[in-house]
Amino acid sequence: MKTIYEKPQVFTDAITTYCGGCGHGIVGKLIAELIDELKLQENGILVWPIGCSCLSDRYYDMDNFMALHGRAPASATGIKRADPSKFVLCYQGDGDMVSEGMAEIMHAAIRSEKFSVIFINNAIYGMTGGQMAPTTMLGQVASTAPYGRETLNSGYPVQMAELMATMPGVVYSERVTVTSPANVAKCKKALKKAFELQLEGKGLSFVEVLSPCPTGWKMAATKSLDYIDEVLTQVYPLGVKKDASKEEN
Amino acid sequence: MGEKVFMQGNQAMAESAIRAGCKLFFGYPITPSSEVPEYYAKAMKDRPEENIMFVQAETEVAAFNMVAGAVSTGHRAMTATAGPGFDLGQEAMSFMSAADLPAVVVEVQRPGPGDGEILAAQGDYFSAVKGGGHGDYNNLVLAPYSVQEMCELMQESFELAEKYCNPVVLLTDATLAKMRESVVIPDYKELPKPEDITNSLTGKKGREAHKVATCGDGAVQWEEFNLRLQAKYKRIAENEVRYEAKNMDDADIILVAYGSMARVCESAMKMAREEGIKVGMIRPISLWPFPDVAFEGITGKKFLVVELSAGQMVQDVKLAVENKRDVTFFGKLGGTTPSPKVVLEQIKKLV
Repeated sequence: MKTIYEKPQVFTDAITTYCGGCGHGIVGKLIAELIDELKLQENGILVWPIGCSCLSDRYYDMDNFMALHGRAPASATGIKRADPSKFVLCYQGDGDMVSEGMAEIMHAAIRSEKFSVIFINNAIYGMTGGQMAPTTMLGQVASTAPYGRETLNSGYPVQMAELMATMPGVVYSERVTVTSPANVAKCKKALKKAFELQLEGKGLSFVEVLSPCPTGWKMAATKSLDYIDEVLTQVYPLGVKKDASKEEN
Repeated sequence: MGEKVFMQGNQAMAESAIRAGCKLFFGYPITPSSEVPEYYAKAMKDRPEENIMFVQAETEVAAFNMVAGAVSTGHRAMTATAGPGFDLGQEAMSFMSAADLPAVVVEVQRPGPGDGEILAAQGDYFSAVKGGGHGDYNNLVLAPYSVQEMCELMQESFELAEKYCNPVVLLTDATLAKMRESVVIPDYKELPKPEDITNSLTGKKGREAHKVATCGDGAVQWEEFNLRLQAKYKRIAENEVRYEAKNMDDADIILVAYGSMARVCESAMKMAREEGIKVGMIRPISLWPFPDVAFEGITGKKFLVVELSAGQMVQDVKLAVENKRDVTFFGKLGGTTPSPKVVLEQIKKLV
């Protein structure tokens, strides 16, 4: 019988703690598929954040580093500088990266660290119960913005993919989402590009993924997908923001 | 044997670290520790054959987390800082101790609190020795009192960090860091392979996956995790106590001091003996584990604890002595160091 689909080999048998309709699991599977396809399991180190993905060391049968909140890019810097021959993936959510660890990600980009960064943007703090993130939309209700985010008090949503694209040290920046099979395919393509650029020794490669959080948004799973396509993408437009790999050295 | 040179404390210590195989330095410049990153930055360019890597971090927060990442790969790495930077590193100190990471951190003390001054002080004893971060953990803390001892303890710090899978703090101060002394720089050391370091992240080829993780998973698991850590601290406490005791047999008064203050107290002890006052001295070298054993069984003598602080180590001395009413404290704040004559005056008050 012909096998048409298999669980990625790098996955363990652990069951994820993600809620139904969450985007983390989709991205997590794409990462696993790429680790298999690019044969990164034995030579890679995964650096995880604090947030919903903070138990990810259980899901991947390879070396894992669970960083402190916001500090994943700093620890990834230490790992990659100590052993540049390793594939290093830094995975962060919006609370971790854009709030607690804004300095660490910005300076990893400033230094043009040679690792890949995946940024899961779900516009909210998922793990801790739906508090406001720096990426929360204006007017969006969160437990620490019970009447909706207001600029007077909390400023404006942060567009990380665009911000990273302005940095000379970033070789690639793209924003994708996982709201449809076509978008999932595009997400995988972006991740693959980011991983390959690292393997070529280029600068920091960055992929932002707009990811549904039905639990945090208090929204049905299918409606969450529509919310991304119709609302989030207005502030966070999809697409390649920078591709310096095509430029001459 | 290495060669004898006349060298500044910070620079000699940096050279000693390089020879201990610490080729990775992550740091944020802060007085009075900046000669250490400067030394590494220059060595990285001047000595390409040694593969030295220096990264100037954006903050101490980042520097400590870079060290955490680097040592997780089985390579030796360190940072150097002063009190305000050490504060910022506390989250990572707690993490590295919990994660069994063999980091080495040099803390050059200067007077606080707040922005403080850039002179000499010993006011960061509590944050280094008691573990300034969250949760139940301990740093192994070593306190040299000469440039020579700084160089030797620098080398030993890496070995101890790897032996116990725990951060080691080399606690110095502005006086030791900035003074120049004649020193024999230790030779280059044979290094363990990164693969041979416990739980190192080198890629899982040919073995089970390794992980660095400090996330709890329920009270039962987390209690076990903590008890395992406590067993580690107990092993350190049982095996790594270091101190020096001088002129103890006939002493009526025993000085207790560490670091640069111990240098001054040594001179004060000599002056007192010349005047016929029987003074001895205990110099703790490991501040954690504290050398309680040095104080055991001593009765009928007076202890004079001298620190460049409002009284921090004196608390540990009081816990260690047989009778805490035997303990007197003399401290100096602000950044200046009392002369041996000033200490002698304090000794005479106890006669």
